[in-house]
Amino acid sequence: MTRSISQDNAVSSSRMTRALIYAVLLVFVFYYLLPLYVMVANSFKPLDEIRGGDLMALPKVWTLAPWASAWSSAQIGVEPTGLKPYFINSILIVVPAVFLSTVFGALNGYVLTKWRFKGDGIVFGMMLLSCFIPFQIVLIPAAKVLGFLGLAGTLKGLILIHFSAGIGFSTLFFRNYYAAFPTELIKAAQIDGASFFQIFRRILLPSSAPIIVVTVIWQFTNQWNDFLFGASFSGFGTTPMTVALNNLVNSSTGVKEYNVHFAGAILAALPTLLVYIVAGKYFVRGLMAGAVKG
Amino acid sequence: MNRLQQWLPRLVLAPSFFVILVFVYAFILYTGYLSFTDSRMLPSYGWVGFENYTKLFALRHWNTALVNLAIFGVLYIGICSVLGLFLAILLDQKIRGEGFIRPIYLYPMALSFIVTGTAWKWFLDPGIGIENTFHNLGWTSFHFDWIKDRNYAIYTVVIAAVWQSSGFVMAMFLAGLRGVDNEIIKAAQIDGASPARIYRKIIIPMMRPVFLSAFVVLAHLAIKAYDLVIALTGGGPGRATEVPATFMYSYTFTRNQMGVGASSAIIMMIMVFSIIIPYLYSELKSGDNR
Amino acid sequence: MKMRNFALSASVAAMIASSVTIASADDVEVLHWWTAGGEAAALNVLKEDLAGQGVGWKDMPIAGGGGTDAMTVLRARVTGGNAPTAAQMLGFDIKDWAGSTGKLGNLDSVAEKEGWNDVVPAALQDFSKHDGHWIAAPVNVHSTNWVWINKEALDAAGGKQPETWEELIAVLDAMKANGITPLAHGGQAWQDATIFDAVVLGVSPELYKAAFIDLDEAALGGEQMVEAFDRMAKLRTYVDDNFSGRDWNLASAMVIEGKAGMQMMGDWAKGEFLKADQVPGKDFVCIRFPGTQGKVTFNSDQFVMFDQGGASEAQLAMASSVMSPTFQSAFNVVKGSVPARTDVPNTDFDDCGKKGMADFAEANAAGGLYGSMAHGHANPASVKNAIYDVVTAHFNGEYDSAAAAEELVSAVEAAK
Repeated sequence: MTRSISQDNAVSSSRMTRALIYAVLLVFVFYYLLPLYVMVANSFKPLDEIRGGDLMALPKVWTLAPWASAWSSAQIGVEPTGLKPYFINSILIVVPAVFLSTVFGALNGYVLTKWRFKGDGIVFGMMLLSCFIPFQIVLIPAAKVLGFLGLAGTLKGLILIHFSAGIGFSTLFFRNYYAAFPTELIKAAQIDGASFFQIFRRILLPSSAPIIVVTVIWQFTNQWNDFLFGASFSGFGTTPMTVALNNLVNSSTGVKEYNVHFAGAILAALPTLLVYIVAGKYFVRGLMAGAVKG
Repeated sequence: MNRLQQWLPRLVLAPSFFVILVFVYAFILYTGYLSFTDSRMLPSYGWVGFENYTKLFALRHWNTALVNLAIFGVLYIGICSVLGLFLAILLDQKIRGEGFIRPIYLYPMALSFIVTGTAWKWFLDPGIGIENTFHNLGWTSFHFDWIKDRNYAIYTVVIAAVWQSSGFVMAMFLAGLRGVDNEIIKAAQIDGASPARIYRKIIIPMMRPVFLSAFVVLAHLAIKAYDLVIALTGGGPGRATEVPATFMYSYTFTRNQMGVGASSAIIMMIMVFSIIIPYLYSELKSGDNR
Repeated sequence: MKMRNFALSASVAAMIASSVTIASADDVEVLHWWTAGGEAAALNVLKEDLAGQGVGWKDMPIAGGGGTDAMTVLRARVTGGNAPTAAQMLGFDIKDWAGSTGKLGNLDSVAEKEGWNDVVPAALQDFSKHDGHWIAAPVNVHSTNWVWINKEALDAAGGKQPETWEELIAVLDAMKANGITPLAHGGQAWQDATIFDAVVLGVSPELYKAAFIDLDEAALGGEQMVEAFDRMAKLRTYVDDNFSGRDWNLASAMVIEGKAGMQMMGDWAKGEFLKADQVPGKDFVCIRFPGTQGKVTFNSDQFVMFDQGGASEAQLAMASSVMSPTFQSAFNVVKGSVPARTDVPNTDFDDCGKKGMADFAEANAAGGLYGSMAHGHANPASVKNAIYDVVTAHFNGEYDSAAAAEELVSAVEAAK
């Protein structure tokens, strides 16, 4: 944690209390790590050991075979490709969708706080409410619309659908962040003759880094882990990671190789895990800087 | 030019708003229409009036699903908020190794439940999971079979869901705590207020906006809880952990009763909106007056 | 500055407006849920075969829920005007699709040329044809009324393979006395229903037909049905306490390891035994559910072709490959099922596979072939799931047998 954000809220306390605090924190470290431990431990076991043994135990025989299989040789559909080729599809979908929903979220937040107009409250309300719609509801009509636009089964279609699912949250994050931004600066710039986009670029954007991190993390996580849209609206050659993972683990009457499944699950989660670990520091800072302000 | 400047903000907002209008609100209207039709496997447009709604409320599992959503929603949002705040306060005590602990609390949110669900399912299974492990360690009276008990299975869904999101909520609260002006706290300390009292009377009330954000995030996750239930219990034992999202999916897509599925979607949405709209309205209103 | 943003929105608009690339006419795009392990590898045989004829294979695997997720995706794709060339389907789904879209390809020309009418059993043809025209090519026939018994546990329990309900109970009791879980079972609705299939058929084949296929109210709520539910309740007493939610393959593992005596499951369970290096007849025994010998409840995976303006050359080639005896043998040896045509030699199959083929032929000849209720071959999805609800609730102790039979009548009525 960097200096700038660790404030001195800490209340002075005895050694006893501090020991207790560390103990409690440690207990929760175990709570959060336990399922991951189950997955990791079993991903290094041969299948026989899983079938017969204690799933909490460490492997008696360590093997890397499940990892290799999940990455590059497991049967996914008719092709024994492993998860490897599907990574690129996910990236091709998620990167533009995250980019678009962040850019438009920022602009929307800017408009809704600094260029308010009659009825902006209703517009924001409607966008906020859209966050609560279960995706299953929109599946069939979305298929109709994508088909009508000629986007069924394409990357563009998937990007559009992810954009529509994510824009509500992006707008919420940026709106709350920009609400705290002093309007006087904007007014002054306007008087100086700066245009709508100039103000956004020169005044708001430079100080938006924290909230951009928050939005990107949020959108990236949700879109990377999406299964429903990916399964329904992808076509041959555009299938994302999660659909491939599901194909690997959920084959109903096939033999279940749990070690490969767990290895695959961890592989599939690596990009998001990486984002969390690398950007985690900025994440709290970003949240602090505005996302959590009402 | 001025004209353009005046309309530009609205133009910028327009694409997003248009997308939302079509992909959310128009689709809801469409679903609403389907709920009055005889749609079964694919949409069809024979008008049947309120028949689907009558059928829906005659289904025992629909009531189970509603009750489960209520239990799940209240416990999940409640526990995540309390636990998140609690952990954030602890972590805010100048903890050594915070940079190590924080990502551990946060990472479950990054994992998809397609497989984590399996890990949890095993873990909670009395035969191979935690109960078995304790038995092997010699604590033979240890008993934990909620996932197999139709009266308690919904609580295991809560446990796994809390595991997934409480770290995220913790991060939100931690950010909120870090944003509190420490002058206020110092002043209170000088006045001789106890730490507990400072948190209760000063800091926690200042977390109000965080509670709102946490509520929005958690409520959205609670309503959409689908993968979690499917992976963990598949809606069972029996159909004891059915929630509206799984109910809707199964009637629309696996049972070929799309009309009933659509009507369940509409009822669910009416209920969700009737809880969320007033809450958001009051919170946002008070936010504006700040 | 402004220009750049307009350019951005313009490019978004352009992205939205541009159109799909259409699969070339020589390819087949195939939606299926054989997504992992051996069965997916087996399907590759078909792909290679088609590649030899210059037909490309675009794979669209969607796993989950025994094909339900694939059906959801299929619905989204058909609604979006983007139907795949061919899709794997089961039982009444085929009938429902044929009835509600009318957009399926006609395979009569290839069927006639290759004489499908003569080699595919009539009970299967019922699903492969719509209005008298071939619309689907059956790949396999699974049968669901099997019991898989650990040989050692059976020997310890007297060694005689049970042939009647009473003998089954005797064996189960003996296994219980020997200190193992007599019946390995996973408490998921479809698994409960799979046992229920066999139990009802065991009570009486007439009951099975009247209740599940004709949906006759008197049969659904009758005394024999109460008897069937009583037998389910009896079987429940041989299942361990942790059965709820268990995946079927973990139940198989219990039998393999000797922790449990037997499992009642379709023939796909054999794959688990073989994978664990178990030998049929030596390590495990496969028998028909006692009381259902000579009869088979089946489910059959079929490839349905979607209309592309009359069946295309590629579709006909694919249908022909699916029906070729070599593929039927190669695929089903791996899958654990039996070929959908009755003239395929059994040389490559193991003992259980040979028995399966013989039973299938016998049942076909004697009119003892019934579509499996649990697997969507006896009635439509809505009815099937309504029956699931009642069977599962009863198995979990929510109803007694009489109440369950009563509930069955009203649930089926509401779902029709």
